[in-house]
Amino acid sequence: MLIQILGPGCSRCHETERRVVNTVSRLGIAADIRKVTDMKEIMSFGVLGTPAVVIDGKVKCHGRIPAAEEIEKWVTGKS
Amino acid sequence: MPDPLKLLADLLVYRVFRLHQGAHLADALNFFIYDVIKILLLLTAIIFVVAVIRSFFPPERTRQFLGRKRSWVGNILAALLGIVTPFCSCSAVPLFIGFLESGIPLGVTLSFLISSPTVNEVALVMLLGLFGLKVAGLYIASGVGIAIVAGIVLGRLKLERYVEEYVYQIKVGSADYVRPTFRQRATDAWAYTGEILRKVGPWVLVGVGVGALIHGYVPVNWLAKVAGRGNPFAVPIAVLIGVPLYSNAAGTIPIVQALTAKGVPIGTALALMMAVTALSLPEAIILRRVMKPRLLAVYFGVVALAIVFVGYLFNAVIR
Repeated sequence: MLIQILGPGCSRCHETERRVVNTVSRLGIAADIRKVTDMKEIMSFGVLGTPAVVIDGKVKCHGRIPAAEEIEKWVTGKS
Repeated sequence: MPDPLKLLADLLVYRVFRLHQGAHLADALNFFIYDVIKILLLLTAIIFVVAVIRSFFPPERTRQFLGRKRSWVGNILAALLGIVTPFCSCSAVPLFIGFLESGIPLGVTLSFLISSPTVNEVALVMLLGLFGLKVAGLYIASGVGIAIVAGIVLGRLKLERYVEEYVYQIKVGSADYVRPTFRQRATDAWAYTGEILRKVGPWVLVGVGVGALIHGYVPVNWLAKVAGRGNPFAVPIAVLIGVPLYSNAAGTIPIVQALTAKGVPIGTALALMMAVTALSLPEAIILRRVMKPRLLAVYFGVVALAIVFVGYLFNAVIR
């Protein structure tokens, strides 16, 4: 599973990354977590509001910090 | 109807702390407690409501909506949408690129970039709580007005070549807009409210505290002489003072309110508060990534001039 966190590196982006990393390690899921800070790459997803979370190429949320429960659903494939 | 907050402040100061009513310290403390509680309650309620409303206006949708609009109409809509579209300064760059890429004119994009941080919810609450409805309304109207006019002016100046070249090479992918459920909107809004309260809460305490000291100890005539109508430089100086106080509406507005009570005219006060929110140094640094220095300078210059103009206007009109 490839999880990309889009954001130029503000505090809201760091918080999102922290939650994703925590959730994934708590559930013991093998995932490749990558931060995307390059503006060109961020824009290629069509996202204007950061932070955004992309899992296996699909935008899961944008412009807000997701809750841990949401992230859990995404990575366990329940939504 | 008796004001329950006033009763609470009276009870604390005159009964619990047993301070003598009418003494400088007691009255200043009473004023402090009353204002801090009022503002924190207002902040919680209004930021939550604003955050829920904003979740219905994601920037991706605003971009689509503005795409087919030209100058004038576009500037007006952009300035109004700037109020409701959620904005944080770190999103300024993707927003700017995304707007230009979809064919929205530079001037219209700038109208949005001016109104969005200027008319922000924290400033609104502070103005509502400390100055009342009239000044809060004036602030919003001037913020939107400045965004419209400055955007039109900047659009006419043909500054497109001062946008960094790479901006025009970026292709924005098509987003599948993820629609949150109402529960998610409410949870997000609540989390956001907490985040803002933690951030501005200490500044509310500092600002209202300094304001209370000014109320109690600064003589009226002195300030009226230094920063009153008689001094034609008061407005531009107020704008200059506002720049380094960037985005700290929570700490600044209580102090400005105390100053107006001591004779600083309302136009000068509004100019200072607008400079605080609209002319932010960190935002300039972020925007430097997409704007060449000349565009950045013209952009901030035009906005600063517009704020100075609004300051003089209100000083002349409101007596």
